[in-house]
Amino acid sequence: MTPAQSKHAHVATIAAGEPWRASDDAPPAVEMRGITKRFPGVIANNQVDFTVKRGEIHALLGENGAGKSTLMNVLAGLYKPSEGTIWIHGERVDFNSPRDAIAAGVGMVHQHFMLVPVQTVAENIFLGVRETPFVLDYKQMAADVRRIGTQYGMPVDPNAKIWQLSVGEQQRVEIIKILYHGAQVLILDEPTAVLTPQETLGLFATLRTMVAQGKTVIFISHKLDEVLSIADRITVLRAGGVAETVFARDVNKVQLASLMVGREVLFRLEKPERAPGEVRLALSAVEALDNKNLPALRKLTLKVHSCEIVGIAGVAGNGQRELAEVICGLRAISGGVIEVCGKTVTNAAPIVMINAGVAYVPEDRSTTGSAPNLSLAENTAIKSYRDEPVGKGMFVKRNTMRTIAGGLIDRFNISAPSTATPVRKLSGGNLQKVILAREISKRPRVLVAAYPTRGLDIGATEAVRKILLDERNDGAAILLISEDLDEIFAIADRIAVLYEGRVMGEFASADADRETIGLMMAGHAADTAHTSPARNPEAAS
Amino acid sequence: MTQELTVLAIIIGIAHSGIRLATPYLYAALGEMMAQRSGVLNLGVEGMMLMGAFAGFYVTFQTGNPWLGVLAAAVAGLLMGLIMAVVSVSLKAEQGISGIGLYLFGLGVSSLLFKTMLGTVEGVNGFHEMQFCVANVPLLNIDSTFCMKDIPVVGPIFFDHSVLVYGAFALVPILWFVLNKTTWGLNVRAVGQNPAAADSLSVGVNRVRYENVMLGGALAGIAGASLSIALLGIFQEGMTNGMGFIAVALVYFGGWSPVGVMAGALLFSSVNALQLWVQVLGFNIASNLAVMLPYLLTIIALAIPFRRAQQPAALSKPFTRSET
Repeated sequence: MTPAQSKHAHVATIAAGEPWRASDDAPPAVEMRGITKRFPGVIANNQVDFTVKRGEIHALLGENGAGKSTLMNVLAGLYKPSEGTIWIHGERVDFNSPRDAIAAGVGMVHQHFMLVPVQTVAENIFLGVRETPFVLDYKQMAADVRRIGTQYGMPVDPNAKIWQLSVGEQQRVEIIKILYHGAQVLILDEPTAVLTPQETLGLFATLRTMVAQGKTVIFISHKLDEVLSIADRITVLRAGGVAETVFARDVNKVQLASLMVGREVLFRLEKPERAPGEVRLALSAVEALDNKNLPALRKLTLKVHSCEIVGIAGVAGNGQRELAEVICGLRAISGGVIEVCGKTVTNAAPIVMINAGVAYVPEDRSTTGSAPNLSLAENTAIKSYRDEPVGKGMFVKRNTMRTIAGGLIDRFNISAPSTATPVRKLSGGNLQKVILAREISKRPRVLVAAYPTRGLDIGATEAVRKILLDERNDGAAILLISEDLDEIFAIADRIAVLYEGRVMGEFASADADRETIGLMMAGHAADTAHTSPARNPEAAS
Repeated sequence: MTQELTVLAIIIGIAHSGIRLATPYLYAALGEMMAQRSGVLNLGVEGMMLMGAFAGFYVTFQTGNPWLGVLAAAVAGLLMGLIMAVVSVSLKAEQGISGIGLYLFGLGVSSLLFKTMLGTVEGVNGFHEMQFCVANVPLLNIDSTFCMKDIPVVGPIFFDHSVLVYGAFALVPILWFVLNKTTWGLNVRAVGQNPAAADSLSVGVNRVRYENVMLGGALAGIAGASLSIALLGIFQEGMTNGMGFIAVALVYFGGWSPVGVMAGALLFSSVNALQLWVQVLGFNIASNLAVMLPYLLTIIALAIPFRRAQQPAALSKPFTRSET
């Protein structure tokens, strides 16, 4: 029953401070002691002690790769720990599968939802419920779903198919599902990553209702602000171990960030002044269709100069993807002209664009940006294998390739076991660094970066932004597509607002104003905005 | 007048044969549909049918009881399905390849058993056409025996078949109900679409797949028996002649739904019946071309991409709980 019974002597010494006891002497909802999880070549968790009181919202904070998801997958029965012991509400447990965890009242909402898209909400929720009769009673199921939805403030239509729902609604289905399966302890893995700000507020209200009704919530995140606003206590993981467990009311953002990263974090980057040089990339009246053959770019005109970062602000789906693709030769344009360094490259093949000096950091790292099953070294050579020194006639010099990749690992501070590691095994931040390393090592004249820090943690985001700024300082023309206005304000020199395939307005970021940009992102015309005419001769459309 | 009667007779004949010939396709394709809905692509239907055809025929030949034959065929198919399940679900072999292996195994073993246990082509009196007859119902003013077969047009088309034919069509609503309205069916669908989700809710993914592959095997066995002891009354080596592969195609054609599969089976068998009658009536078409017709139709039908959305997302992917 008590941790002292653990067979690991060193765990017992750690436990000398006695396990946490609630004031009413109730055992903690979750108690994990000395959890170690090893994967081949990696220790994901190293002697982690983690205790969650009943009825609290406990945030598990850490950078990508710090071991948050691994620890929670152990708690949810997906992974078996290599060492360590778990108690749930005082009962020692030994999970061999998720069903054991569910039986003990532990349920997890995964980052990638465990839902069947073609089936209804009710069917998804009732999947695997033991008590259902052989012949399903759809009316009763719908009523049950509505009842739980109302109880926790999560309205959802039981008869809707999952694929018809927004991501936020799908998340509600996941939560209702694990509640219906009897979860007392809910683990939410990065639940806000997919939510709009309004949906996030709704989720937080739901979580507060749940803990008020005696449930316990473990909230995995790397977003400092939301952790501070929702959690009672915060456990910070770093490099597979516990950095510290703190009360949310006792800490601030800067303290949390340094606990997470292990050093002081600069929330502001240094951006030296650079006078824009010659025009490197020029699009004039470019028109293109999207994958459904609908107009995606409508007479879009844009220039990017040397030593300049132009930030494209806009709500996703307003032509960002198509804009990036036409510049890289991945999508044909139906009208207009594209020039790189004064040379017309309209509808040229990707290889022509690459040779013209265009580099591309695509939105989708693991499908467009890399070949997941190829090694790190091969991924860094994907654009340079044709030429010396990696290529030689019809052969690839693998040793040279590996040496170069090793150099990039050092230069870009990529954490990977070796150059032979398949990149699918890397974390998002490290994969992004591999892609940036590949693109930047070609000394690009133009760099198109689409959502380069999406899904990355503080440390990786900071590193990526710094890499982009360094390139700009060295003279590259950078087109930065981002949903994150903070990011655009932090590193862009100029901001262009994209709406329905048009540039609604352009601003120098120094004198740009958030509200105006926000209005333009929603499609309000330029005449209400304080634009400087010299900066946006093309915006009137 | 005579001309009209003949045309009507031909149409009735084609409709009757269409329903009759649909039987083996329907059993086999419905079984394959269940396996695929759980996420297992079994290309060995042909081999399972041959084993069922032989087992059913042999037992009927020895005992004279076609019901025992059907049971033997189902068991033979079930065991073949078990082999497939062990190889493709437990051992996680590539399903396309293991299915072809199963086909060759069934082809070889059924031929071997035929040669050693029978030696020559024999005939059995298997199932007969069912008689839907009523005798002396004064209320309806029927004093002599009345058979539904005697109803004009409808009678000979629908009420002149063996019990196995009706069984095949009865399976359509039964399987629809089981798939869509029962807990087990929900498990099957979820396992075929997102096994990780099913696993996270303590649905035994491999268990559900075993059940469905074995059910598919049993139905394929019955499909074979329907050919050897109901439709033809003989057993020959390789007598299924590609039907098992057509059955796999019909599952895709039917969009993984029982009704769709039935429509496909009926379309296919009707064209088959048509081509038989074309030959019988001596139209001036090369018989080789006529025989090709149903297969040509299969290719055309499969090339039309519709109802693909229904395809089980996890089809032909063995399930492993991920530990990255």
